Amino acid sequence: MTSDTSAHHIVGYGKLAQVWLALLALTALTVLITRVELGGYKVLGALTIACLKSGLVIAFFMHMKYEGRLLRWLLFVALVTLAIFIGFTFFDVLYR
Amino acid sequence: MTTVQPTQPSFWNDTGRSGLAAWIFSTDHKRIGLLYFYSTFGFFLVGVLLGLLLRIELMAPGRTIMGPQTYNALFTVHGVVMIFLFIIPGFQGSFGNLVMPIQIGARDVAFPRLNLFSWWLYIMGAVIILASLFTGGGPPDTGWTFYVPFSSRTGTNVSLAVFGVFVVGFSSILTGLNFITTIHRLRAEGMTWGRLPLFVWSLYATAWVQILATPILAITLVLVMAERLLGTGLFDPGRGGDPVMYQHLFWIYSHPAVYIMILPGMGVISDVIPVFSRKPIFGYKMIAFSSIAIAAFGSLVWGHHMFTSGMSDTAILVFSFLTFIVAIPSAIKVFNWVSTLYKGSISLDAPMLFALSFILLFSIGGLSGLILGAAATDVHVHDTHFVVGHFHYVIFGGAGFAFFAAMHYWLPKFYGRRYAEKPAIVAWALMFVGFNVMYFTMQVLGMKGMPRRYYDYLPEFATLNLVATVGSWILAAGLIVMLVNLFRGLFRGEPFTGNPWGGATLEWTTATPPPTENFEEEPVVTHGPYDFRGTGIP
Amino acid sequence: MSHLKDDSGAKLGMWLFLFTELLLFGGLFLLYSAYLSRYPHDFSSAGRQLNVVFGTINTVVLLTSSLFVAMAVTAVQRGEPRRTLWLLGGTILCAAIFMAIKYVEWSTKILHGIYPNSPHLAAGPPGESVFFSLYFMTTGIHGLHVLIGATLLAWVGAKVKRGAVHSGDYILLENGALYWHLVDLIWIFIFPLYYLIL
Repeated sequence: MTSDTSAHHIVGYGKLAQVWLALLALTALTVLITRVELGGYKVLGALTIACLKSGLVIAFFMHMKYEGRLLRWLLFVALVTLAIFIGFTFFDVLYR
Repeated sequence: MTTVQPTQPSFWNDTGRSGLAAWIFSTDHKRIGLLYFYSTFGFFLVGVLLGLLLRIELMAPGRTIMGPQTYNALFTVHGVVMIFLFIIPGFQGSFGNLVMPIQIGARDVAFPRLNLFSWWLYIMGAVIILASLFTGGGPPDTGWTFYVPFSSRTGTNVSLAVFGVFVVGFSSILTGLNFITTIHRLRAEGMTWGRLPLFVWSLYATAWVQILATPILAITLVLVMAERLLGTGLFDPGRGGDPVMYQHLFWIYSHPAVYIMILPGMGVISDVIPVFSRKPIFGYKMIAFSSIAIAAFGSLVWGHHMFTSGMSDTAILVFSFLTFIVAIPSAIKVFNWVSTLYKGSISLDAPMLFALSFILLFSIGGLSGLILGAAATDVHVHDTHFVVGHFHYVIFGGAGFAFFAAMHYWLPKFYGRRYAEKPAIVAWALMFVGFNVMYFTMQVLGMKGMPRRYYDYLPEFATLNLVATVGSWILAAGLIVMLVNLFRGLFRGEPFTGNPWGGATLEWTTATPPPTENFEEEPVVTHGPYDFRGTGIP
Repeated sequence: MSHLKDDSGAKLGMWLFLFTELLLFGGLFLLYSAYLSRYPHDFSSAGRQLNVVFGTINTVVLLTSSLFVAMAVTAVQRGEPRRTLWLLGGTILCAAIFMAIKYVEWSTKILHGIYPNSPHLAAGPPGESVFFSLYFMTTGIHGLHVLIGATLLAWVGAKVKRGAVHSGDYILLENGALYWHLVDLIWIFIFPLYYLIL
């Protein structure tokens, strides 16, 4: 069974505020890069930043960094499943 | 290991409330299990009745007993009731709830109140679906797949029906979530993952499919409702939408849903076969692993329902290839069950007969599935009665017969009384014969080109259709014998105590019927689920 | 056997539920990606009609609300109920601001004749109609989640006030916060996909 020790980790206010600042900076960056003419790379860039932001939220705000291995694995499985559902649909969408 | 003499009252007696309230507000997993059993099985009987009517209509060409619109409504409601109200919630809800917590040595599931809420949601969804039959434009006539564009245009009451299915889906998600948490957190001391009964493993895999696939169905149904009520046009080619995208979303859920139906059945078979062969299961690890593998691979193959829908050729190739991969873990299970029988001391009690016929019928269903999974042959038999036959071989011959096996295997444990053996065997024989007469004939009909969901057919199909209909009557006769015998036995039959079959899983170590707390004291597990030494039966 | 309170189990259950929410929105993102690859130009011209300023402000509002609720968890762990309540209040205030901006956005669009099945969209290119249908469905369902999340946090806040949620037993607040972060996570993807990619 998973250990309970991770459940009681306290994340300080300072660290949370730092993460928040990083999130704001990344938001500004997304807005900026999508104003520039980058063509198809815009989608890629914006999505990469969105992934970074959600990584920060999950790791610190949602305490995933301090959880046991079980939850991380399960999250990984869920994300891979979603990626497969979207990705495999493109076998159809791209080659129709 | 000896059976404890009960000092606590059984879960039948121990309650604060009385009457119906003692049941519909109970958070005891055994009571909720029985609630699920009776409600889902009730819908099974409704579905059977509708199926019999459909077969009577098809007995002869032209109009026999109903008009075409009634026929369309009946096959839709038959599908919706059987799939969403019986077989998806049935196994998890009834036998999952009844047996799983005891098998892992827990007092209850992780979230007992959520468990009760799941049942309530299920009932609410069922009521909504039933209401859709009598309100609005009348019963939906789209088939259980609710394919657009017809489902977004038909005047029948599709919106309410899909909303009902949405609510039932939410119930299914909550049960899955509850079971995963229970299996992770509440196993008794010594109940390692390698000692979990295979039924529990199969429920675990099923629960994952429920969690990860059901939300896609939920959003799809919401979109169908939006299509009808707001005119979003997301699946309407006239406004830029694409009906094939609906099929993608629908099958992303509904193909894995087939594994929600069959996996728990496979788990039951894995538990029954070693007990009645007096031999440890062959290849425990591989069976457990193949449950997970089926759940995983089964989520990659939804496109094989769409070979003739206008999907890209690349996608057809990929999905056809992946479909064949699912055959591997399924075959692993079949080979391991058969190997378990080898040199076993087999006793052909009713649960075992159902389990053995499961292997045969599921294999026929699985092999005919390969004909549908290969793109070239699928074009020939797509949307014919071959598909109907294949599907019923897997889901009725597979999941359904496993459900009957579970009824004969576990219900006496919870009632403390048992059915008579001989009528049970007669019932099984009738059902087995009737089943094959009906559905094998359907597969032949499909090969000859008779389409599914058609009200009328060419005269050349008349003889075989008559044969199939007669098969449905034999099947129904067997079902009636089984029901009368089983339920008379449960309420008035011989006492059923101790461990007459010599099972080695934890439910056979506690009192019959089990006390509310399941065990007198928390069990400590020291051996695997199929280690029959010391069960008292040679 | 006793009924042990199992906080890790409750948290596991909450995460599993979040996965289902993720997959629910996943279906909408699947449609978005399929239709984006079919109508890149229509999506671009439709996306330009959304108000980037509103979108950016709402992103900041939601990120801030997420910060507040994360701090609320820290506060309850440290045994500071008053601060917990203030932070929860801040979160719910952010939710209200978000919904107010959303309301202005939606009503402006609807006033301009942009809503599912509108004659204006029917006359335009098909990709724009698909874009706006997806926009209304996605932000609509997201908005519903904002309302549910805010209600949930208000209920937890009432429990904090009564002392039922405290530094020794705060799993309800933790799970409520997890749910709220999910709402934020979904928006992190909605924002660039609908407002920025033009």
